Amino acid sequence: MMRFIRSAFVIARRDFSATVLSKTFLFFLLGPLFPLLLGGAFGSIGARVASRTERPVVAVVMPPEDSARIAAARNRLAGAIGDEALVTLVYYDPERDLAGQQKHLLASGGPPVRAVLTGRLGSPHLAGDIRADDPTARQLDLILRDAVSPAAPAPPLNVSPAAAASGSLAKDRALTGQIGQVALFFLTLMLSTMVLSQLIEEKSNKIIEVIAAAIPIDAMFVGKLFAMLAASVLGLVVWIGAGAFLIQLISRGGVQTLAVPAVGWPGFLSLAILYFGMNYLLLGAVFMTIGAQASTAREVQTMSMPVTFGQVLIFGFASTAIGSANSPEALAAAIFPLSSPMVMLARAAEQPGWWPHAAALLWQGLWVTLILKLGARLFRKTVLKSGPRPKRRWFGRRAGAPG
Amino acid sequence: MLRQAQHQGIAVEATDLVKDFGETRAVDGVSLEVPAGSIYGLLGPNGAGKTTTLRILLGIIDPSSGTRRVLGHEHPLDAAAEVGYLPEERGLYPAMHARDAIAFVGALRGLPLREGRRRADQLLKEHNLGDWARKPIRTLSKGMAQTVQLLGTIIHKPRLIVLDEPFAGLDAINQGRLEELIRREAREGATIIFSTHVIAHAERLCERIAIIAKGKVAFEGRVDEARGRLRPIVRLRTRADDGPWRAAIPQSARREGDEYVFELPEGGPEPLLKALIDGGAGIETLAIERPGLHDAFVAIAGDSAAAAMATGEAVG
Repeated sequence: MMRFIRSAFVIARRDFSATVLSKTFLFFLLGPLFPLLLGGAFGSIGARVASRTERPVVAVVMPPEDSARIAAARNRLAGAIGDEALVTLVYYDPERDLAGQQKHLLASGGPPVRAVLTGRLGSPHLAGDIRADDPTARQLDLILRDAVSPAAPAPPLNVSPAAAASGSLAKDRALTGQIGQVALFFLTLMLSTMVLSQLIEEKSNKIIEVIAAAIPIDAMFVGKLFAMLAASVLGLVVWIGAGAFLIQLISRGGVQTLAVPAVGWPGFLSLAILYFGMNYLLLGAVFMTIGAQASTAREVQTMSMPVTFGQVLIFGFASTAIGSANSPEALAAAIFPLSSPMVMLARAAEQPGWWPHAAALLWQGLWVTLILKLGARLFRKTVLKSGPRPKRRWFGRRAGAPG
Repeated sequence: MLRQAQHQGIAVEATDLVKDFGETRAVDGVSLEVPAGSIYGLLGPNGAGKTTTLRILLGIIDPSSGTRRVLGHEHPLDAAAEVGYLPEERGLYPAMHARDAIAFVGALRGLPLREGRRRADQLLKEHNLGDWARKPIRTLSKGMAQTVQLLGTIIHKPRLIVLDEPFAGLDAINQGRLEELIRREAREGATIIFSTHVIAHAERLCERIAIIAKGKVAFEGRVDEARGRLRPIVRLRTRADDGPWRAAIPQSARREGDEYVFELPEGGPEPLLKALIDGGAGIETLAIERPGLHDAFVAIAGDSAAAAMATGEAVG
């Protein structure tokens, strides 16, 4: 056992150094941050542009006293539902040529007026690119009603905030679980292609013969997987730190706005790390086994698409557990080894209790061992051999064999 | 100091090894014994089954049937710390520094990395590569990279060194250096097995050989024994063209220029000489030559295998 661990460590140390000390690792670390930064930058610019261009503007062409009552009514409504949700109103005094003024306002574009409200409070008229059942028209209707006869002030509503209500807590915890699942999925998705090509270097350099003659193939697989895991955990620390910083910057209340998971934050984060490890090891072991059969980088590239689809399917299966941790589908997804870590992470957010996690981690560990054993065996059988490969069997007979 | 020498014992033993790849039998009942501390050659043309035999002995692949025993272990990987292996297809990590590449191979065999680096620096200096110790493998010439890999094979002072076609791709100077290194390792007590399709290397280095052809061992034993399978060759030049002495020359004799070339008859040189002198041959020159390993190989493995050895082609 000690020899196995020592052998795996030699491979892991070489792979980890080769990965982390290469210049390309910087790009690996920065890679996930680019979309976030670009998304953030373009998102906020886009949101600002959208808010400017998409909020409807209605020109109010009425006598000043009517306009003032409309403005007051709008302010009252804005106090209740927020200014950003309300139609923007711009006020104009009526000109002699009202029809011409209306036509000019609709055509001018500065501001981009969608409709023009004319007449008096008692007989308003709205003209423009708008229908009677349009939300903007409805808002205007509400504002006009209030402007005509302001509602009597209601008694102040006394609010007593509670830490959590069962209805909202379940929903919020499901959201926390879903965020955990998505994060787990994307992290392993990014690593899958790297794991697929893990053995290409050894195979193309022919150093595989030296390694295979010195240590068990299982140890090489384990070493490679753990090296990649260590490198990705390093990346994870950078990404989580940067992500938390961004959330803290962008969101009011930051990470504290997420619901406290059922097992508590320390427990959830510890389980998240363990399940990330298991998810990576499980999928990594499968992908390394598949990738080990490839002899060139081109073959690995060809394999990466079906592998990605496979991961998406597994993620879809795992997501059935969100909000219904004890449903038959969720239990099946928790038992199926490849979806188990994602399902159990969501469970940690939604359901208290530790023993299911202990059982799940053991179960997943068992499958990692089994897959690695199988992968190593397959590798020895199909890759580490000289001479021709066995001919394919067709209908139970070897092709070309005498009948 | 000798490396825990086992000169009295057998370092590697294989019994009836068979390896099938689908319908192709690559190794067909190979049995051999490699005495500890000896230099042992596996001779045969490409495709004869030498590499597959070595890979089975090293535990890279398992035999379809048969048994092997390496340094007393039934599973070769159990002896990995005491074995060094240079594969036919050389390979190193191109970005690794030369000393790290050597130390890495040592670490695979259980040598601590720090000690591996120390020994690597020393070995590189001994082989005039000291200035290249901290240069990436990709910057080394092919010959230098091969030397680095060879040094990786011996860095942990193995008791058994397995070299698959070690002379392939080396120039004459480096071939000479490698021969010297093999002799030195053997002097220090290591057992060395190497495969080759160049008979001259085996003839110069080996005490024992196995001739492999079409997956089978055609001969296994001492080099002298292989040569001993052939009778000495007589080269005779006479002044007389004809006479009673001609009766002493075997029917199978051939002419090479002015010379008669034939195997020494059963009775030995004395009756032959007497018959020639009495028959009035007028002996100008008479040489009795010991047959070379090449002649023995031709006699044992056949002409086609010998031709394949010479051209480096695979035998069918």
